[in-house]
Amino acid sequence: MNQRFKPAETFRRDFTFRNSDEAVLRFPFPFPEDSYMYSVNIEPHTPGGPTAAFQAAFDVDEHYVAECAERAIVLEEDPGRCKVLPHMMAAQWDTLELIMESFARDYPQDFSLTKEGTNWVWENRPLGIKQSFVFGDAKTLPCEPFEYITRQAQGDFTLQDQREDNLFVDGGMVTTQADWSLEFNIGMTFHEWHGPVPLAHQLGVFDRALKFLMRLQYGQPVRRLNWTMTINPRLDTSPENYPLWGTDRTTVTPENVAEKVFLRVELQTLFRLPRSNAILFGIRCYLLSVADIARVEKWGKRLHRVLLDLPTELQDYKGLTRYRQTVVDYLAPLDDGAPLPSGIAPGQTAL
Amino acid sequence: MSGADHLPLRVRETEMISPLLKRFVFEAADGGELPPAGAGAHLRLTLEGEGRRWKNAYSIVSAPADRSHLSIIVRRVSPSRGGSAFLHEAVHPGAVVAAHEPGNLFPMSHIARKHLMVSGGIGLTPFLSYLEAIEATGADFELRHFCRDEEIPIFERILSGFDAGRITIHPASAPFDLSQALASQPLGTHLYTCGPEALMGLVLAAARDHGWPASKLHSESFGGAHAGGLPFTAILKKSGLKVAVRDDQTLLEAIEEAGLEPDCLCRGGACGVCLTSVLEGEPDHRDHFLEGAESASNRSIMICVSRAKTQNIVLDL
Repeated sequence: MNQRFKPAETFRRDFTFRNSDEAVLRFPFPFPEDSYMYSVNIEPHTPGGPTAAFQAAFDVDEHYVAECAERAIVLEEDPGRCKVLPHMMAAQWDTLELIMESFARDYPQDFSLTKEGTNWVWENRPLGIKQSFVFGDAKTLPCEPFEYITRQAQGDFTLQDQREDNLFVDGGMVTTQADWSLEFNIGMTFHEWHGPVPLAHQLGVFDRALKFLMRLQYGQPVRRLNWTMTINPRLDTSPENYPLWGTDRTTVTPENVAEKVFLRVELQTLFRLPRSNAILFGIRCYLLSVADIARVEKWGKRLHRVLLDLPTELQDYKGLTRYRQTVVDYLAPLDDGAPLPSGIAPGQTAL
Repeated sequence: MSGADHLPLRVRETEMISPLLKRFVFEAADGGELPPAGAGAHLRLTLEGEGRRWKNAYSIVSAPADRSHLSIIVRRVSPSRGGSAFLHEAVHPGAVVAAHEPGNLFPMSHIARKHLMVSGGIGLTPFLSYLEAIEATGADFELRHFCRDEEIPIFERILSGFDAGRITIHPASAPFDLSQALASQPLGTHLYTCGPEALMGLVLAAARDHGWPASKLHSESFGGAHAGGLPFTAILKKSGLKVAVRDDQTLLEAIEEAGLEPDCLCRGGACGVCLTSVLEGEPDHRDHFLEGAESASNRSIMICVSRAKTQNIVLDL
């Protein structure tokens, strides 16, 4: 597989981020049915799935180099976006080992890992990195192992310690988030950090999800999709930077809606880490404009139907209230109301 | 991903530690690295005997940092379900056995100031990997091991590589005051116990009496999470099969043995994937998924862990 990276893209100011046709068709579209409600929509994270985004343990796509550069900018401005509590050092090494081994296995043309005992050499060709270090000795890396490896991966990551029949979010690298703050949430229990989510608590979703995750097994990772919408292809929609992006919601018009509004999908993956028994939570963010969604017939119609019936509580929680109707009006003429097959695959191989 | 045995292991060497204890050292059958295993992790082996198959779990006793091999110590039990006798008699160096990737139901705390371990007999095994991990981190610990008087030299030998100043081996015949050992622990100590149920019961009760909070008490029973029960028969309506569920296997295992592959994921009664409709008979619910009313209605069953209270149960499979 030949990876083509687009190093010059930006996710701020001039927003030069674009998806190629291939990137559109591999998008993990989140709606298998015409309506949406919360559920414990967890499935095994095995290679394969409805689009190419599900092929690898950690997906590396055409935006890889640009997203790593964006992460570096955010960390430069706000180093607190990466934080790991001191008792999570074993989980840090588990994470580094898992991501390095997965990258080297899934993308051998881009990454390689050579080991002689605990002397490891890591090569990341897209970013031009070659690093020798001693596995288990943090002093041999330029920064702590979790920060080191997640600076070289797309998407956010959190580390959950399991104790007292609960999961505590005791670490993370969070620079591409949908309006939540690691600094605010760090150390919280599972129900505490999901506190703001509407409706799902009453459905028992979090009780079941916690029970399930507590029993997550090493070697059997799982995944789910989550979604919201974002104005402009901005990865860093953090509470810390709300003044920079909050008002964007007021700028959507019928003329610019297709280019300016993005469906934001999180491919969430959960891995039991072997030595620490912690859980690594990957939150990989994909952005696709309403214009690009409309190029895939099935997705354009389905997004129209989902947004049309979306419960008010979810509209408010996801911040769609001001512009949902504008998106619905744009998509309505494209939807003939014909029945759509269930599932999230695009149903076409070219645009 | 339904829990298949995808880790073929070759027996590198074996050692009779005593007439009843046999150590196995496994390496990856393909010669590569083994998956990492944390302190307290276990290895589930699938053993294929003549006309018989066992899925037994054993604590991993090798160092968590080392991916070149995985070691276990197997006590030949009597009466045996058959698995331990099979390992003692029929599994020799060079043999390849199927394993499931290491799981961990007895992990160490990362916030403990000190680790206090109390084990009995073969219940020492998870603590051997704890001791390896502790050696790497330098954490504070204390181990108190109880065994039959005549086995003291055997356990002294097994523990000889570790800090003897913090390890005490107690002969089962001598009186011992657990209260004093518990009362003298520094704040922030976590207590772990593994061994016969009677010993663990005493240890945990003594700790509770001394006011230790549940969050600092950890225990692991033998026999895995889903011990068996009385045998029963599952009648699978859609496939027209009659499946005898033995006392030592789960309903799901018996259905898989009959050639079906029902949807399942966690195999621990939590995820809800294997939810199956009950048409007749009364389930013996052992899952964490079904809520009160759902469970009481007896119209559904989580086949990975639950069994039947009635001799027959009819399932929509």
